Formats: sequence, structure tokens, C-alpha cells
Amino acid sequence: MKNIGFILLLIGQSLFSYAQKFVTESSSVSFFSDGAIEDISAQNSKAVSIFNSTTGDIVYSIPIKDFEFEKSLMKEHFNEKYLETEKFPKATFQGKISGFTIASAGEQIAKAAGKLTIHGVTKEIEVPGTVEIAKGKLVMKSKFMVKLEDYSIAIPQLLWQNLAEEVEVKIEFTYKAQ
Amino acid sequence: MISMKKIITLSLMMLSSICVSAQDDLMKELENSQKPEITYIGQTFKGTRIINGQSVETKPKGALEFLFSHRFGRINSGAYTLWGLDDAFVRLGFEYGLTDRLGIGIGRSSTDKTYDSYVRYKVARQSTGARNFPLTITAVGTTNVKTSPNDNPLLVFEDRLSYVAQVMFARKFSSNFSAQLTPIFVHRNTVNQSIENNDDIAIGIGGRYKITRSLALSGEYYYRLNPHENTPYYNSIGFGLDIETGGHVFQLLFTNSLSMIERSVVAETDGDFGAGDIHFGFNISRTFQIVKPK
Repeated sequence: MKNIGFILLLIGQSLFSYAQKFVTESSSVSFFSDGAIEDISAQNSKAVSIFNSTTGDIVYSIPIKDFEFEKSLMKEHFNEKYLETEKFPKATFQGKISGFTIASAGEQIAKAAGKLTIHGVTKEIEVPGTVEIAKGKLVMKSKFMVKLEDYSIAIPQLLWQNLAEEVEVKIEFTYKAQ
Repeated sequence: MISMKKIITLSLMMLSSICVSAQDDLMKELENSQKPEITYIGQTFKGTRIINGQSVETKPKGALEFLFSHRFGRINSGAYTLWGLDDAFVRLGFEYGLTDRLGIGIGRSSTDKTYDSYVRYKVARQSTGARNFPLTITAVGTTNVKTSPNDNPLLVFEDRLSYVAQVMFARKFSSNFSAQLTPIFVHRNTVNQSIENNDDIAIGIGGRYKITRSLALSGEYYYRLNPHENTPYYNSIGFGLDIETGGHVFQLLFTNSLSMIERSVVAETDGDFGAGDIHFGFNISRTFQIVKPK
């Protein structure tokens, strides 16, 4: 009987050691906020990620200060007033991708579930996305809404309401095998 | 006797804990794969002025700031002038960021009808991470032309010139509190030598404390190191409230200086703060992005 537990442990460990890992070759994280006065969008190409295709484990880290805006003042306010970048320099995700098989080619619908941390606040999320494997590269895409309130990001109320309460986040990572 | 169920549950728990720690390990691996970066500490102050004097802030590349500064008359001038509100003294100014660290500015003050122009350069930036540097250091060099009075034939152009050199050392101690030390040198080509120096040296101290995301309290004081023995002037002092909204910064302030340029703030402040010679005023800045970043 004890052996069963031991075997399960062994399976766990073997999962661990046979892991096939992928690291980011390029990344693009962007968000779009549909405001009453001004639409605001920003792009970031400095995010990094590691994906373990055997277990489905995925982590990524986005340096907040590298979001580039149309106006430099927007970037300043974004970092200084809303995301408090000096205190919380990174947004991270750690979770699992499920619903796809590494052996199949073509774009597959998948699901990511795990902990998203923005502005020092961690939330469990589950978002849809796609995984595509082609020529040894793996491309993951996802698009989801982030409610600013969930991450204690204040919405300016004074005089001009600049940011929408929800922003649309688009993520695209291209991985290569490690 | 431990039941099989318990063992399986325990094993499953261990298994799932391995999965969680696998993600944590993966996160550590990700962090370790990153080269340490330099993080520059910006936004030491909300604007390019603390109250009357300059701050270490520069405009980002391609950004144009329009700065409208306004001072009313003295509060202690009584009900007849509505405590100074009848009088208006203004400076209109523009500052443009040639690079993120180098800027140029021009302005014109109604007091003394003075034109000022300056070059601002951020010599060093406070940073953490791969490189730790405790201070942001900015130097500003200014040339002023005083065009009043315009009916004195004895005053040639050179007589109307004055120069200011200053180096500002600032530190953002926390996201809420910043302080600045400013050694400043003022040279005026023409002065009344019975009461004024051609060269004045002062030390400015300034600070701001953020009370909310968009509001900050600020203060500034210039201590003159070599006031003329017969000087009728005072050290400049000011307090303000900064309000930041979108592309604007509003600064509401009280000061004993009427002027909004360093020459006369440092060397020609004629109000006695303690006696109530205080001007209410404001600075409004609006930033326009002329050239899009990247």
C-alpha cells in the first residue's frame, strides 16, 4: 500500500525531470483602454517567459517600465501614479496551460489558468488562448480583459476620466526549445 | 494502520505541491535568466519648478511644456485691493526637451519686463538595480535681459544682462518624499552698489511630499550667503500645493517673492514673509507631445 504512494511520487518526479522547456524568443504584450476622452494603448516587447510543455507549467514576467505609450507624459503617469512601478516593477503570471497536445500541428485552442500579479495584487484567472507549434517554435496568444479595480489600480476621477475601468490585454509569446 | 486512501491523498497533495513549486522554480529560473537592469528613479518632482525656482526635472524628448506662472499682489495690502487679487504679475514660458536629459527654455516676465532663456541638463540620474546612484543632478544656466526701464539712455544692452548658474542635487527618498539642494550663483551686470552685490550666492532647499496620487505639498527656501550689508531684500520662501491632472500640473502657492525667475527670486525678493508680505499665486503647466517617442 505504501508502494502506491511511492510510485505516485516517482511519477511526479519523472514529470519533473523529463520536462521539455521553452524560452521566449520574442514577446509582445499590449493593452488598450477605451476611454471617454482619450483611448490609451501601450506596447511592451521586454516580457520574458518559460513554458514547460510536459507539465504545461508556464511563468512570465513583464517589466512595467517598458510599456511604451504615444505620449511620454502618459508613460510617466502610468508608472508613477497608477502602476507604482518603483514599488511593483513587474507583472507576473504563473500557471498552467491545458487543452492542447504538443504533438499536433496547427493552431489549437487552449486555456491558461493560474495566478496573475499586477501592481502587487495576485488574482486567480482563467483565460482562453491559442497554442501553435511550427518548425520547432511555439507561439502562444491570448487576449483577455483586466479589471483595474481587481488589482487596486485607481481610476482617475478628477476632471478627466482618462482610463477605462477595464483594459484589453493582448499577449503573444514566441518560444524556442531550451 | 494508515489507510490506503490517506496515503493516496497525501501523495496527491505532495504531487500537487511539486507542481506548484515547479512553477515557483520556473519563476526563479526566469528571474535568474534576467540580466540585472538599471532602474532610473524619475518624477522626483511633479514639475520643472518647485515653487519659484527650478527643479531637477527635465522634459522628455519631444515634449513641449507651456508654463504659465501668475502672482497676485500682497495679501497684507488690504481690502481695497481685495488682498492683492487686483494686481497680476505673470511669466509666460516654454520649455522643450531636445533629449530626455537636455532641454531649452524661454520666458518673459511682466515684472521688470524681463526675457529669460536657459539650458537645462540632467547630469546624473538617481538609479537602483544594476547601478546604484543616490541623486539626480541637473544644471541650469540662464541669461536674462531686463528691458525695463526703456527710457534710460544711459543703460546699454550689456547693462541689462544678468546670468544665473545653478546645480541641483535631488533625491527621491520614497515615492512620496523628495528633497533638493540648490547652490545658485547670480551675476547682474548693473546693480545699485550701495545696497546690492553684482554677484550673489545662495543655497536653495526644496522638497515635496505627496499626500495622494495627484496632490503634493511643496516648499522652497533660498538662503543668501553674502547679502549686501545694506540689503533691503529678504530670503525667498514659498509653500505650495501641486495638483496633477492628465496633461496639466497646477501649483497653488504662497511666497514672499514677486518674481518668477531666479535672478530676482534670489537677489531681489522684497517681501517680508513674517510681516505678511505674501503673494498668492499659481503655476500652470501643460505638456504637449511634439515628437512621438520612438
